[in-house]
Formats: sequence, structure tokens, C-alpha cells
Amino acid sequence: MDLTAVIRVALRALARNKMRTALTMLGIIIGVGAVICTVAIGQGASNQVQEQLRNLGDNIVFIAAGSVNQHGVRMGSSATKTLSLADAKAIQQQVPMVSRVSPGVGAQVQVVYGNQNWNTRVRGASPEYLEIRRWPVANGGSFSQHEVDAAANVCLIGQTVVANLFGGEDPVNKTVRIQNLPFRVIGVLASRGQSPFGQDEDDTIIMPYTTVQKKISGIDWLNYIMCSAISADAIHPAQQQIAALLRQRHRLRADEDDDFIIRSPTDLANVQAQAGRIMTLLLASIASVSLLVGGIGIMNIMLVSVTERTREIGVRMAVGATEEDVQMQFLSEAMVLSLLGGSAGVLLGVAASVGVSSMLQWPTSVPPQAIVIAVLFSAGVGIFFGYYPARKAARLDPIEALRYE
Amino acid sequence: MTEDVLEPQAEVAVPKTGATPIIRVENLHKTYDLGEVQVHALRGISLDILPGEFVAIMGASGSGKSTFMNLIGCLDHPTRGRYFLDGQDVSTLSKRELARIRNRKIGFVFQGFNLLPRTSAVENVELPLIYSGVSHEERVERARDALGIVGLAGREDHHPSQLSGGQQQRVAIARALINNPSLVLADEPTGNLDSRTSVEIMEIFQRLSKERTLTILLVTHEPDIARYANRVVLFRDGKVRRDEPVEERADAVEVLKTLPLIDADEEEES
Repeated sequence: MDLTAVIRVALRALARNKMRTALTMLGIIIGVGAVICTVAIGQGASNQVQEQLRNLGDNIVFIAAGSVNQHGVRMGSSATKTLSLADAKAIQQQVPMVSRVSPGVGAQVQVVYGNQNWNTRVRGASPEYLEIRRWPVANGGSFSQHEVDAAANVCLIGQTVVANLFGGEDPVNKTVRIQNLPFRVIGVLASRGQSPFGQDEDDTIIMPYTTVQKKISGIDWLNYIMCSAISADAIHPAQQQIAALLRQRHRLRADEDDDFIIRSPTDLANVQAQAGRIMTLLLASIASVSLLVGGIGIMNIMLVSVTERTREIGVRMAVGATEEDVQMQFLSEAMVLSLLGGSAGVLLGVAASVGVSSMLQWPTSVPPQAIVIAVLFSAGVGIFFGYYPARKAARLDPIEALRYE
Repeated sequence: MTEDVLEPQAEVAVPKTGATPIIRVENLHKTYDLGEVQVHALRGISLDILPGEFVAIMGASGSGKSTFMNLIGCLDHPTRGRYFLDGQDVSTLSKRELARIRNRKIGFVFQGFNLLPRTSAVENVELPLIYSGVSHEERVERARDALGIVGLAGREDHHPSQLSGGQQQRVAIARALINNPSLVLADEPTGNLDSRTSVEIMEIFQRLSKERTLTILLVTHEPDIARYANRVVLFRDGKVRRDEPVEERADAVEVLKTLPLIDADEEEES
């Protein structure tokens, strides 16, 4: 028997009992649909986390000046003055896991333009800062190392500052006043919206760290250092190497606490993403249990079908069907059943995930490979659960089968 | 051919003619091992059947005739002895080879018709051809021809439930004929039919045996039905008790003329 004949015979046999066929397929439909839907929700959530991860920057390792313990009184973070430009340079030169370094100083300032004024946070940084944070300039340009060396009065401003000071005006090459000093706006930062921690990232001004140190804060130390690790996997070793380097540079004894704090938002988000992946896997495996139940449903109905059609099997064998022919017939029925169910399940799953994203506003995304795997898996379910009934049919003795009442 | 190697069999009378037998069985034994007891269903059957013979197999239940038919139909292996079908020793063939022999050389007609339900007459008749690898178009064409031979032209698309018992049995006969077998085995084909319809079925068998030199083995309980054959073999206790030609053979066409019509559906006899 050729393949098309096999499939035609299988379809005809299934069409003879439409209600039963539909109910049997329902098990597979729900199973595949549930798996597709959970994977789509998980994938959607994972895409969102990935997007956030990207926005967090380029594998950021953040070193803040730490607390000091002076005679038992512990100050808050950024209280020490020990984090220095030399530290930043040492990290750049001695920690191979780190690709970029930007010294950081911050201050809260009042910015004035024309008759408008706005209180915002100024960040002193090196030109690498925008790359570390993956923060493009929307309009104008950034400052260079030359301007850092010269402690030039130039700045980049965030969208919130633009909206509050300039209204509809183009801020590039305009001059704002910060603490009575004129600063030329050389660029406008692209909008970033909220940080994962809820702060308005666009409410900021960025300028060379030398300018902030000398002209705004009047300090010679750093508040923080921001670095990029060379890869996501390098974040953790980079943290350890930086900690060791800084302890050594700050001459801390073994019993003394760190005078700096190292954090990595990427690391944190990675853990979140990992947890999300595990959750998706868990939900998908729970959903695939229903696929298993659907498979058992197929096996059950195929066994009933074999018993019901014992005489038919006898007749087929009498007129020349071999064991292989009979086995193939029932196996293909089980496979057609599960493949049709699987395909309908994919449609149901896609429809359900579209429904979830429009009703609950959850992001969903059906990965194409999930569809392929679901269809292959349901074919596998058909073969696995159809094998035993098909084998049972093929092993029937034609004489007994013909006599069966 | 294999005749020269055969040992002479003296147990039963076989027709001594020059033609090559379509069926030759030699000392056929079949024993069923039921654990503690052994049932000897056949205790040494030797028989020659020539092409075109219409043989009625008779005997009480338990006489071994069903076992004999299963062996002749290549559905089972003999415990001992040999069976030559059309000159080929089939007693030692594998299951797969037997399936092929059944497909190509043997047609089966059963008491209970054994048609596939909810399947049209044409699809029932073409069934053996599916397992011979014949194309769909050719299958349908040959199935329609076979239905014409048994007088069911015009009912090709009827399902078994839409046909009378006699018509269902004719569909079954058409299915048995579709692959041009050398042998048709009919196991009480008239057991579920009224007397007129039974004679109509006998008419088809007589016609096929005469016109196509088709060999027919018919199992029956009814001596009236056995009269339509040209040879009767009687089984008892796993042995052939009697084997003789039918003296006053009934002609189904003549008998039908004397019987009143019962069902208008059966009028289409050709």
C-alpha cells in the first residue's frame, strides 16, 4: 500500500466515527494548545526581560563609594572619599574582564535657561559612559576625551530636562546656566523612559566628570565607577577581580569591611530572566502532561477500535493484508488523529496567546520552533500510543478474527 | 511440476484424470495443543481437486471441515503433511508469503458476508486490490466490472446496510473474484439466506465454475445446497469419510424457474 492510500484509508476510518474522533483529538488539541500558549507567554515575558536587560546597558558593573565605619558610626553609601580616578584607571588597566570604564560623579543642581529653571541630577562621566549604558544621542553629538581633559563647559541633556526648559525649542548649541556658570548644550539624549527601578532616566544632565569635579561639586574623588564587563558571563569574575584590586589599592586589612559597593543590575536581571525561563519550562511541562493524557486517550480509543473492528481485520487479512499492512493501517490512524489534533492545537494555542495578550495586556510571542516541535511531538505521541493497539491488531489470528462476534 | 515426486496415496479415492490438480493435499494433519489435551482436528487428509471443480464439503461440526478449509485457505499451517496449491508447496510458507497467496490466488466468501460497514460496494470489492498495489483508478474499474458479473450493476455506491442479504453476499462474491483467483472458498455462503436467494447464489457459483473454470470449495450443512456441486466430500472425525461425484446435479437456472419471486430486488438476475 502506498502512503496516500494508507492516509486515505485512515481518514475514512476516522470519518466513520466523527464524534469519537473529535473527542479523542480534543485531548491532543488541548495539550498542544496549552503548551503553545504557555510557551508563548513565557517567551513574551522573556523577550520583555531581554529588552530591559539591553536597556540596562552593556554588562554593567557598578562600583559605588561605600560606607565608612568611623569609631563605630557607619555612614551611608558614597560617604567615603577613597574612590579615585586612579582606581578607575587601575581597573581599566588591570582587570582584563572589563572592557570600558567611566568615572562617575553626581550632584543635584538647578539648571536655568531663559526664564525657565529645573532641578535635576548632573552626572559627570567619561565619553565611554554612553556606550556602557547603551544610551544613544538623539540630536547633536557627545563630548570627547579632549573636552574631559579641558573640563569644558559642555553638556548633554535628557528629554525631561528638554521638555521643562526648552518647550519646543531645539536645545543644541543653546547655553544653559548651572550654578551661574554657562554650559553649552552639545547634544540631546535619546529617551529611555523609566529605569527598571522606576526612576525617570531622562531627568538628567551628563557632562565631563572633570567639569563636575572642578566646577560644580568641588571634589577630587569619585562617587562611583561604571564599567562594562566583556560578556555577561564575565560580570561575576569581573566583580571579584575589581573587589580584590580595590581592597589592595585602598590598603584594607582582612578584617576591615569593603569601603565600596559593587553591584550589577545585569546580573540581577539575568537571575530574573533565568527564573522566568525555569517558570516557563515548569508550566510547559505541566501543560505537556495534558498532552500525555491526550495520548492515553488515543491509545484507549484505538484499543476500542481494534476490538470493534476485529472482523474487519480478519477480512483484510483473509484478502491478503500482511501483519505490516494492518499495523501500518492502525498506526497511521493514530498518527493522523494526533497530527490533526496537534495542528488544531497549534491554532488554538496561537489564538489563545493572541487572546491573552489582548485581554490581559501580557506580551506573548509564539516561537516558530515551538510550532514545529509541537507538531512533531504530537506525531510522536501518535506513534508511541498507537503502536501497542496497532501491534495488537497485527498480531490477531485471521481465523479467530473472522469468527469474532 | 511436483507430481513426479509425490508418493502414491491410497487412503481415499481421487479422480484419476490427466489434468494438473489445482489443490493437492497429502496426508494432511492438524493437531491443536490445548495444554493437557491434544485435539486431532485432521487425521490424514489426501485429496486432489481439479481446476473447474465445484466441490461441496460436508460434515457435522467438529468433523474437521472448518480446519480443512482454513488450511486450504492458507490461513493456517498444517501440523503434518503437504499442501500444493496450483503446483506450489504452500505448507511451509511464511505468514507474509501466505498473505500474498491469499491475495492473488484465493477468494473468500463467508456465511456472515463480512463486508466493511459504512463502506460502499465498490470500496468493499476493491479491498484485495489495495493489498496488490493496484492503482486507484484501476481498482474502481475492476470493482465495477466484478459487481456487474454478480448482477449488481447500478448499486456500486450502496452501503451494505442499504442492500439485502442476497445482494450483500453478491458483493462478497465480487470481492472474492476481483483478483481473478484460481480458487474460491465459500464457508456456508447460504447459511443466512432464504431458499430462493440461496439458489441464486448457487447459480452464480455454477456459472463461474463453468464459464471461468473457477474452482469452488463450498462448505455446507444442507444436502439441498450440496446438490448444486459436482462433487461432495464428507468429513467425519478428521478424515474423509466419503468422496463422490453428485449423481443428479441440480441446475440452479432450472430450479429458479420453478421458484416464485420473493423480493423484487432480486429480479436483476442476469
